[in-house]
Amino acid sequence: MAYSEKVIDHYTNPRNIGTLDKARQNVGTGLVGAPECGDVMRLQIEVDDETGTITEAKFKTFGCGSAIASSSLATEWLKGRTIEDAVKIDNMDIVEELSLPPVKIHCSVLAEDAIKAAINDYRIKNGLTPLTEIK
Amino acid sequence: MIQLPIYLDNNATTPMDPRVLETMLPYFTQKFGNAASRNHSFGWEGEEAVDYAREQVAKLINADPKEIIFTSGATESDNLAIKGVFEMYAEKGKHIITATTEHKAVLDACAHIEKLGAEVTYLNVQEDGLINLDELKAALRPDTIMVSIMYANNEIGVIQPIKEISELTKANGSLFMTDATQAVGKIPVDVKADGIDLLAFTAHKMYGPKGIGVLYVRRKNPRVKVTAQMDGGGHERGMRSGTLNVPGIVGLGKACELCQLEMTSDTARIKKLRDKLETELLKVEEAYLNGNKEHRLPHVSNISFKYVEGEGLMMGIKDLAVSSGSACTSASLEPSYVLKSLGLDDELAHSSLRFGLSRFTTEEEIDFAIEHVKSAVAKLRDMSPLWEMFKEGIDLKSIEWQEH
Repeated sequence: MAYSEKVIDHYTNPRNIGTLDKARQNVGTGLVGAPECGDVMRLQIEVDDETGTITEAKFKTFGCGSAIASSSLATEWLKGRTIEDAVKIDNMDIVEELSLPPVKIHCSVLAEDAIKAAINDYRIKNGLTPLTEIK
Repeated sequence: MIQLPIYLDNNATTPMDPRVLETMLPYFTQKFGNAASRNHSFGWEGEEAVDYAREQVAKLINADPKEIIFTSGATESDNLAIKGVFEMYAEKGKHIITATTEHKAVLDACAHIEKLGAEVTYLNVQEDGLINLDELKAALRPDTIMVSIMYANNEIGVIQPIKEISELTKANGSLFMTDATQAVGKIPVDVKADGIDLLAFTAHKMYGPKGIGVLYVRRKNPRVKVTAQMDGGGHERGMRSGTLNVPGIVGLGKACELCQLEMTSDTARIKKLRDKLETELLKVEEAYLNGNKEHRLPHVSNISFKYVEGEGLMMGIKDLAVSSGSACTSASLEPSYVLKSLGLDDELAHSSLRFGLSRFTTEEEIDFAIEHVKSAVAKLRDMSPLWEMFKEGIDLKSIEWQEH
């Protein structure tokens, strides 16, 4: 299967690989997927408490090129957004941006889940109600 | 100068040997006769070429030329053997034994006859990919008409104890069929010494053309018959109708002859390269060899690199053409059923690469492959959350994963 140029670019030069200290109050961590399914994504956000803006985003992904590209793209999109805005990222936006074929749509779903899981983790840590909607 | 990408997927198919092509060429244009035309020299020429090739093929597996049935490939041969034996011997019994790691052509043909009333026992394999002979013994029944166990596995290359299997099968009065697609031409295969009643293989895995295969059907002790699965002119002793693919048959014959002549020297050289590749790659931390190390084809190596995913890894080694045990192309994301049959953890099954070398593989290519794989594994582990957890000493099994 041929990968799109954008997938290849993110795979070759992944943005924001790394780890944030998950113990910190203003860091939210989302770990989604399962090794037996062949995809695990961990996405982390660091939030400015004053403004509610995401100042840093990091990821690590075990998975195919499309999974790596989806999470790399997600970190790019998260930085500078407010939490409220970040929730609006839809998996179909990722599909469109990376030109993912139908068999790889689950990679974008996983990235959206990772974003929401990271936000939920941040919200719970800070005494806010978690989001209910996770695909 | 090394030419990229490097082809290391020779269990899928091999390039054709130029000497094979050269032998085939006249049979497309000048010597185009139908081997079944009895009334003119064009037909005689074709028939003569087929007879000669049949001898070349028979010689490689120590069979009689009359025992060679030409088909379109190993898939057809497997189908003809399984469906044809079931149909021919239905009155004798309806039980067949096979194994879970067989090729889909065997498994799906078995599934087909199950719908027609056959009872099929699927033997599990041990951790090393070999079947347990005691389990085979226990599975044999008075109404077992056939045992079908592959000679060597296409994913991990393990060689089954063929002689022992055939002895047990014979003692039970059942037929022994083997899919020898990966073995013929690579290691010595002897239908007499091994006690094989039916054997399937194809030309394109042994430097011959695609679209031509063989089913060996024993003629003596016992005389084996299969019911034809295609009706027509009654070619190939009535077992496989259809105008003979003369250029393909000529090519297959030549490929068999070359394999026989060069097997000893080819194998020694290829095995040395395979062992170098394997030794170097197994030096990588958390890299594991899949399948029995000793009872194995000389040109195959299947290695799992834990904590990286196979398809992602393949993308990182785009200068190598290899196969991965992970099939991340369907919604189910099922890893290889062969690797799962070995009892491999899913992470390991998803993280495997199969390297298949050939007569044309060079040492420079292997050296390049070693470095290329090593650096891709390192890069992907750097971005793998599982690798980070492993390094922190976290047991991955202690985590509640959300399956999706």
